[in-house]
Amino acid sequence: MNIHEYQAKQLLAKHGVAVSLGDVCVTPEEARSSAAKRFAEGYKRVILKSQIHAGGRGSGTFKNGLKGGVQFCSNPAEVYAIAKKMLGQVLVTKQTGPEGRLVRKLLVETVQSFDTEHFVAVVLDRSIGQPVMMVCREGGMDIEEVAARAPQSIITEVIDPVLGLMPCQARHLAFSLGLTGALLGPAVKILTGVYRTWWECEATLVEINPLHIVEYMDGSQVLVAVDGKINLEDNALHRHPELQELRDFDEEDPLEVEASYYNLSYIKLDGDIACLVNGAGLAMSTMDIIKYYHGKPANFLDVGGGASPDQVGAAFKIITTDPSVKAILVNIFGGIMRCDIIASGIVAAVKEYKLTLPIVARLEGNNVELARSILRDSGLDIVTADSMSEAAEKVVAAAATATRAVSV
Amino acid sequence: MSILVNSDTKVLVQGITGHFGAQHTRLSLAYGTQIVAGITPGKGGQRFEDKVPIFNKVTEAVEATGATAAVIFVPASFAADAIIEGVNAGLELVVCITEFIPAKDMILVKRAMRGKKTRLLGPNCPGIVTPGDGPGSQGGCRIGISPGYIHKKGHIGVASRSGTLTYEAVWQLTQRGVGQSTCVGIGGDPVNGTSHLDVVKMFNDDPDTHGIIMIGEIGGTSEEEAAAWIKQYCRKPVAGFIAGATAPPGRRMGHAGAIISGGKGTAAAKIAAFQDAGIAVAPTPSHIAETLLKLM
Repeated sequence: MNIHEYQAKQLLAKHGVAVSLGDVCVTPEEARSSAAKRFAEGYKRVILKSQIHAGGRGSGTFKNGLKGGVQFCSNPAEVYAIAKKMLGQVLVTKQTGPEGRLVRKLLVETVQSFDTEHFVAVVLDRSIGQPVMMVCREGGMDIEEVAARAPQSIITEVIDPVLGLMPCQARHLAFSLGLTGALLGPAVKILTGVYRTWWECEATLVEINPLHIVEYMDGSQVLVAVDGKINLEDNALHRHPELQELRDFDEEDPLEVEASYYNLSYIKLDGDIACLVNGAGLAMSTMDIIKYYHGKPANFLDVGGGASPDQVGAAFKIITTDPSVKAILVNIFGGIMRCDIIASGIVAAVKEYKLTLPIVARLEGNNVELARSILRDSGLDIVTADSMSEAAEKVVAAAATATRAVSV
Repeated sequence: MSILVNSDTKVLVQGITGHFGAQHTRLSLAYGTQIVAGITPGKGGQRFEDKVPIFNKVTEAVEATGATAAVIFVPASFAADAIIEGVNAGLELVVCITEFIPAKDMILVKRAMRGKKTRLLGPNCPGIVTPGDGPGSQGGCRIGISPGYIHKKGHIGVASRSGTLTYEAVWQLTQRGVGQSTCVGIGGDPVNGTSHLDVVKMFNDDPDTHGIIMIGEIGGTSEEEAAAWIKQYCRKPVAGFIAGATAPPGRRMGHAGAIISGGKGTAAAKIAAFQDAGIAVAPTPSHIAETLLKLM
């Protein structure tokens, strides 16, 4: 589960990380009064940050032409005018896809002058099954780009889950960022807090980018996490009711939300051939084989390895709600579950939802002959196929014909 | 010959009285697997369908029956505990079928298993099958949830992160009259007990395995690590397939481990690693068996 920047920073703050906390604003008026308060305190500039579940906000563009999902302003009138161009508008970044995301909330923060930008993150190193903390002096940048260009600039510490991040490891990482003297203690506190956030919230990712060294007028320095990102592990969320509350349904595809109520693993894509498959690997490779035969999958859908008729029925309901779907490919390897039961489930669903889209069904496994005759004798327009490649070729052809029928 | 399990392997079932565990215990017994004990704390002394004795503790079951392997069907919240109980009892093999175990639990399990002799397969895996020579490959060892009848005794080793995609490849082999030595599901989770590389090494050392199919998917680097070893050391023909070439980055594709994150774990990178190692890559899942048989 993804959460917003402002939520991530609140969680980090709870774990002792010094963060820049601002106000979450949903109207231009709120943004203006939040900013006015900051200007009254003597700050010269404020920053307005779009709160969406996607990165690359700074270099994104709004569909109304405004460049940048993150904006700097120096007076309340400007804040109001800019916030008006951000709120309720669609922001396109390299992570949102061309359709972009509607911006519903802005985070308004004070801008402080800073010296250096660092990067800090904790992820799971899957090859050893242990968490690893990574730091880099090139904060504020796209870390994937840094990793590709200068991997040696990223310093890592593998963490023993029984011990947690030890102070000596945190010091080592702090020194590698050049944080010493008066900044050493605060740096260790921040790094320890970042790891504790990862471990205690059961996150898959905790990232601070950038971590600023803020300079005060009197020459003193403090460390501040200016942007934070946290992804939480779905399998562990049931142990954290307080984190479940951070879910923002506005950021999720409504079909994906509905599918989750049926325990279906569904991800909407931008093609026109819907897939209904049992098992994650088979479902992914069904999308791949559609592409291989020059079609475009409309979704990923795994009804579970066991594939019950109820799940199949619910799955039909979900995939046919997507208006771009022109044809449906059902690919079930009925290992334990009998194929004839699946076939009856398909026939029942097609009748219940009065489906008129072309359906290609490839069933394999127990009682497959009986299953095929159930589909053939149903009187419905269901084409059967013996292999995945035959099924993919047939469904791509069916979708192409459907396209022509619409355009004529 | 085979790897990890054979028709003599004595297996105990943790969670034998649950719906899922009971269903698959019946199927394994029908297959000819030596299911010698079940574990359900509090139900010790009873019998599963008048056949299999049930014990309160794994150690009791091991002592009474000589079981060396366990299969786990308990719910995700109790799975880490069940694995550790099997490890502490000194089992050689623990196969964890359970899906949705939090990664934190598996991180701690993996840490606790350091230096122990137990091998963990999974979690979130279909299990392991060494086919026998009876009808529908009965008489072998089936641990987990795979359909037994799709197998055939033979000489191809299969290692995979995915359940139904493995069935697809195995069925293609069997339909062509080609049998399997052992089919191993390593599971779709980010933290698991046995990697592709571990399985490939065992197949390489097994005189009865003549060719290897390795099925991977997006996420992690398990496939790349196996490929690097195969390039240098593997003496047997290997064919591979990677699922998820069309998966969008940053999305979890069904399996907890099937996710492209931070630009890492793409299908393209894995396919390139396979090709660099001389592994024949099937262009579609329908061509997995055919791709291997061309090398044999």
